[in-house]
Amino acid sequence: MTVESTAARKPRRSGGTKRAAGAASAAKAPAAKAAATAQNAEPQLVQLLTPEGERVSAADNPDAAEFLSFVEDITTEDLRGLYRDMVLTRRFDGEATALQRQGELGLWASLLGQEAAQIGSGRALRDDDYVFPTYREHGVAWCRGVDPTNLLGMFRGVNHGGWDPNTNNFHLYTIVIGSQTLHATGYAMGVAKDGADSAVIAYFGDGASSQGDVAEAFTFSAVYNSPVVFFCQNNQWAISEPTERQMRVPLYQRAQGFGFPGVRVDGNDVLACLAVTRWALARARAGEGPTLVEAFTYRMGAHTTSDDPTKYRRDEETQAWEAKDPILRLKTYLLASGGADEAFFESLEAESEALGKRVREVVRAMPDPDTMAIFENVYADGHALVDEERAQFAAYLASFEEGH
Amino acid sequence: MAVEKMSIAKALNESLRKALEQDPKVLIMGEDVGKLGGVFRITDGLQKDFGEERVIDTPLAESGIVGTAIGLALRGYRPVVEIQFDGFVFPAYDQIVTQLAKMHARALGKVKMPVVVRIPYAGGIGAVEHHSESPEALFAHVPGLKVVSPSNASDAYWMLQQAILSDDPVIFFEPKRRYWDKGEVDTDAIPGELHKARVAREGSDITLAAYGPMVKVCLEAAAAAAEEGKSVEVVDLRSMSPIDFDGLQVSVEKTRRLVVVHEAPVFLGTGAEIAARITERCFYHLEAPVLRVGGFHAPYPPARLEDEYLPGLDRVLDAVDRSLAY
Repeated sequence: MTVESTAARKPRRSGGTKRAAGAASAAKAPAAKAAATAQNAEPQLVQLLTPEGERVSAADNPDAAEFLSFVEDITTEDLRGLYRDMVLTRRFDGEATALQRQGELGLWASLLGQEAAQIGSGRALRDDDYVFPTYREHGVAWCRGVDPTNLLGMFRGVNHGGWDPNTNNFHLYTIVIGSQTLHATGYAMGVAKDGADSAVIAYFGDGASSQGDVAEAFTFSAVYNSPVVFFCQNNQWAISEPTERQMRVPLYQRAQGFGFPGVRVDGNDVLACLAVTRWALARARAGEGPTLVEAFTYRMGAHTTSDDPTKYRRDEETQAWEAKDPILRLKTYLLASGGADEAFFESLEAESEALGKRVREVVRAMPDPDTMAIFENVYADGHALVDEERAQFAAYLASFEEGH
Repeated sequence: MAVEKMSIAKALNESLRKALEQDPKVLIMGEDVGKLGGVFRITDGLQKDFGEERVIDTPLAESGIVGTAIGLALRGYRPVVEIQFDGFVFPAYDQIVTQLAKMHARALGKVKMPVVVRIPYAGGIGAVEHHSESPEALFAHVPGLKVVSPSNASDAYWMLQQAILSDDPVIFFEPKRRYWDKGEVDTDAIPGELHKARVAREGSDITLAAYGPMVKVCLEAAAAAAEEGKSVEVVDLRSMSPIDFDGLQVSVEKTRRLVVVHEAPVFLGTGAEIAARITERCFYHLEAPVLRVGGFHAPYPPARLEDEYLPGLDRVLDAVDRSLAY
């Protein structure tokens, strides 16, 4: 499959897969389980694929048992698909980091290490679901069929986003921390008013969990019973601040105080992220309201290309997380189980190279916007002052041209 | 013919009712807007007639109110949110400035934000702290927002209609101490242009420019000045973003003098911008510098001092005299 064919998707709002809808009937049990677990001091962790690349059975992990039914349908081919998504996302991400180093981008926020959280949750969504990302959801964008090069405009400085959110039901990147959780909640309130069975997912991070807007989003979604999933990627670091500066109890447990279930999932386990997100989405569709998913993961790279993590965290910590790499564990499993052969990996490597090449070419060819674009789209219905200033600035610029 | 005498509060209520009737996507959201009908009863009876799904009592969280309104607008709704009092808008200021105002530009025009934020504002009702402020300049300063304020019942009725029809976010400041002032409202009339000023009283010696609660004070000042033989023109700006400088310019070129009156602090206020731009536009017509009458650079005072703090007839006439003395 080529990158282009991934980006070209079906028309939206065509209804979802039977899988997720069928799973709705099983939605209740884990909810009760999660609520019961929330009081325990020992944090739960839903894991279906170990860092060593072994599938977890119900007997192995009671926390995981109730989520296994949500990925019963996943075939070996599906697993290869998830692997491919993660590899290509990581490649795109690495390419963007390199392009920043080359001066082609002003900044890049890498998702390195968070591929499983994003691909697992992103692939749990139906076309008619709606995503509210932060500025790091490149893997989710990939799952939605957003052309990855669309994400680069804002980092190159040619726009502030600019894609049509309704094309892929993927909202614009939101830079102010936590704001989008309220937009997601409002959107979900609208979905419920429309009587639709779509769900909404709001991404945010451990740092954002301290924002008032996130608390308000929890309150609004709880009291209106809105079909929204709050998907927190706890990557352990908010720039230089560890989670100890954001919370005193495991984040997922916070949901209980708002009156909805919270679950901590191994954020480096793509299968577990898929299962838990499907469960949470099924709850939303079944009218059971919001869910908090805490994907416990790690930001392997810097906060952005402007950051220097050596100033505040130890190499040993990063190395310990390298052993839990989301891509490596699935590769180990695919190889050991005979789910993929060398030809698959070689072909994926070639696809990965092609993606990198295309991203480089598109970014380098990305034109600067016309100067007068400053005045475009400030208002939908126009504004006298903008019109006046546009005319004045155009005349000013023209005065230089006339001088030639 | 549907001309009726009603208060500004009633006109706003009728306007919201009409909007709810005309467009099923219009929603009303805010604290106490449901059963209670709002602390000023502007939404009185609307939840009873349109249901809890359309007239929504919200949690007490202003950022949440505006933030979820943005999400509803993204879903295709047209939320009209009420902030209970001027001084309580600031928890929502982040959502208004960083999200509501910029979303259309961020999406390169592919997303619209038809959200109205209604704010009862300004003083004169003997209230406690945070219930009497005039923060309009803080919003007019933000590209992407439109900011308006009616001064009478008729304008209240149709300006709110126009604000709800706007595909841009509109901050709708309601002069709370004038809520019970009555005027004739023609509910069938064709609405005017939302951002066009109107000449509230014609005159030839000097122009007073105001909006919202200060229009009435300026009209009273003009009447008092007339007894002294001075002909004062009063321009009701209606809109603080955009400001109808073309309309104001016509008046100032005629009278050659301008005093801007608002309750908000004068420093870096709406009057400062008007003074600068009218000076640029009318430099050779002006017989005096543009003067401003408004609030001081001090917190809005306790209620026992507000009569002294607020621009009244005498302070406006004092500025008129100073301008005419040039």
